[in-house]
Amino acid sequence: MSKLVEGLYYSKSHEWVKLLGDDVALIGITDFAQSELGDVVFVDLPEVGDTISQEEEFGAVESVKAASDLIAPVSGEILEVNEELVGEPELLNKNPYDNWLLKVKLENNDELGSLLSSDQYADFIK
Amino acid sequence: MINYNKMIFELSNPGRIGYSLPKERFPEYNIMQIETQYLRKDELLLPEVSELDVLRHFTNISNKNFGVENGFYPLGSCTMKYNPKINEEMAGLKAFRNLHPLQPAYTTQGALEVYYNLQQYLSEISGLHEFSLNPYAGAHGELVGLMVIKAYHEDRGDFKRKKIIIPDSAHGTNPASTTVCGMEAVEIVSNERGRVDLESLKAVLSDEIAGMMLTNPNTLGIFENDICEITKLVHEAGGLMYYDGANLNALLGKVRPGDMGFDVMHINLHKTFSTPHGGGGPGSGPVGVTEELTKYLPNPKIKKHENYYYVENSKDALGQISSYFGNYLVALRAYAYIRTLGKENLRLVGPYATLNANYISNALKTAYDLPISGYCMHEVVFNGLINKDTEVKTLDIAKRLLDFGMHAPTIYFPLLFPQSIMIEPTETESKETIDDFINVMHKIAIEAKEQPEILKQAPTTTPIRRTDEVFAAKMMIFSYKDYLEYINNRG
Repeated sequence: MSKLVEGLYYSKSHEWVKLLGDDVALIGITDFAQSELGDVVFVDLPEVGDTISQEEEFGAVESVKAASDLIAPVSGEILEVNEELVGEPELLNKNPYDNWLLKVKLENNDELGSLLSSDQYADFIK
Repeated sequence: MINYNKMIFELSNPGRIGYSLPKERFPEYNIMQIETQYLRKDELLLPEVSELDVLRHFTNISNKNFGVENGFYPLGSCTMKYNPKINEEMAGLKAFRNLHPLQPAYTTQGALEVYYNLQQYLSEISGLHEFSLNPYAGAHGELVGLMVIKAYHEDRGDFKRKKIIIPDSAHGTNPASTTVCGMEAVEIVSNERGRVDLESLKAVLSDEIAGMMLTNPNTLGIFENDICEITKLVHEAGGLMYYDGANLNALLGKVRPGDMGFDVMHINLHKTFSTPHGGGGPGSGPVGVTEELTKYLPNPKIKKHENYYYVENSKDALGQISSYFGNYLVALRAYAYIRTLGKENLRLVGPYATLNANYISNALKTAYDLPISGYCMHEVVFNGLINKDTEVKTLDIAKRLLDFGMHAPTIYFPLLFPQSIMIEPTETESKETIDDFINVMHKIAIEAKEQPEILKQAPTTTPIRRTDEVFAAKMMIFSYKDYLEYINNRG
């Protein structure tokens, strides 16, 4: 059974969004995503200052099985990138909810409405 | 010596040599006069070994190998068919082996004739106008084919077409070749039958589309029934159709990509036409095109005038994409294969390959999850075990097969299913071999339920046990020098 965290927003491409303030959020991949991927060996992330757009690719996660694109669940400007993942990509397997990928300044909070709640996401991955 | 575990550098003994150089023939040339900027700064790290050391080393290493000549090799999408020995016999003939590509054409008429005829055979088999045998492998062929498509659009003054449509079931080389060619890959989703979804296709068509790459049958081993509609739609939008020949084996001599409406294609001689494959090949990826696109095919080209074969370099061509004529001796093997089978027997390849895959599909679907029911073509894809309550994954099943002396199928591809296991038996396997495989797969399914720990530890009977894939992916060591550095740093 995949772990879920209540209160997060989930995308159908298996990313989560955690709202930190009014318009600042963390983005990561779900427990379901990491378990499907298997052992993660490489994470390719954009740079601070870049912008991401909802439903568009912003990076990639490579595991021993496959390389998968990361799809932005929301649009915004990148404030911070989790550099720890570059050296230790396996952190995504250990705890995908603590080890976020990006901190972004949201461009449009309405986009959150198009994402799933934890219950809806649980149904989606069933 | 199955556990032989040395690198040739570890056998090295300073001063030991296994060669003798001929007498110096050019005494007026002094190698020490090379300008210093071209000289190496440090010694070459080469093993110093005797001839016998070399022989034993490589013989012992080769004993660890597993190939089609050892056992069943159902590696999906790779068409690991048996390579008849007559191919090797032909390629071993001195008359071919000792040729130099710069020899004048009047001294190499026989060799050029083989090349020319193979081009003609491939044209007849594929329904395309002309072939170049120059590309070195499948992905190289893809790149050359895409360069042809790009050149065609740019020649018409149409610089807007930069996008190539690729279904989500495609081989990873398709988007990679597209990117290398300076174009953009546009992915479309498959429908629930694993085929191209016409509505998704229509949605991405525009005047920015350069073309579409398609494998047919696709990577699920399923024929694209709507192929004529697909090629029509792409053509109407001004794009060209590219056929990835990876799965041509299923259709050989039965259906022609040219007749389906494809404009450009590559053929993997090392798959469909029984040339060596795996462990570096070398491969060969001839590219075929319609009459309209013929002028773009790369140089040099082999042409025929009356009964004389000659080499031509044309100014309209893409230029040269290989040294000389590509892998000549590989093409020669493919030629031998086509001539050995003949037209009628070539037509039996696809049906037997398809029969074998469907036999496996039917026999295993009671234990393995068949996500797309119905008939497949040359290969079948399962999504792991039906019983999802065990911890056993596709990786464990693949590893366990090795213990039974069988090569693992392709796993975790295509990406459409999380536990994909892709089985392609090819036409060259007997019913007995395939029955053995089916029995082993059922045995593994029972083990998964009753003794899953066996599968988690597998393989246990191979010279190398289960490898640490994470470590291997993160810590790549490609040379002895890097290995020494790694050992020293580790302390």
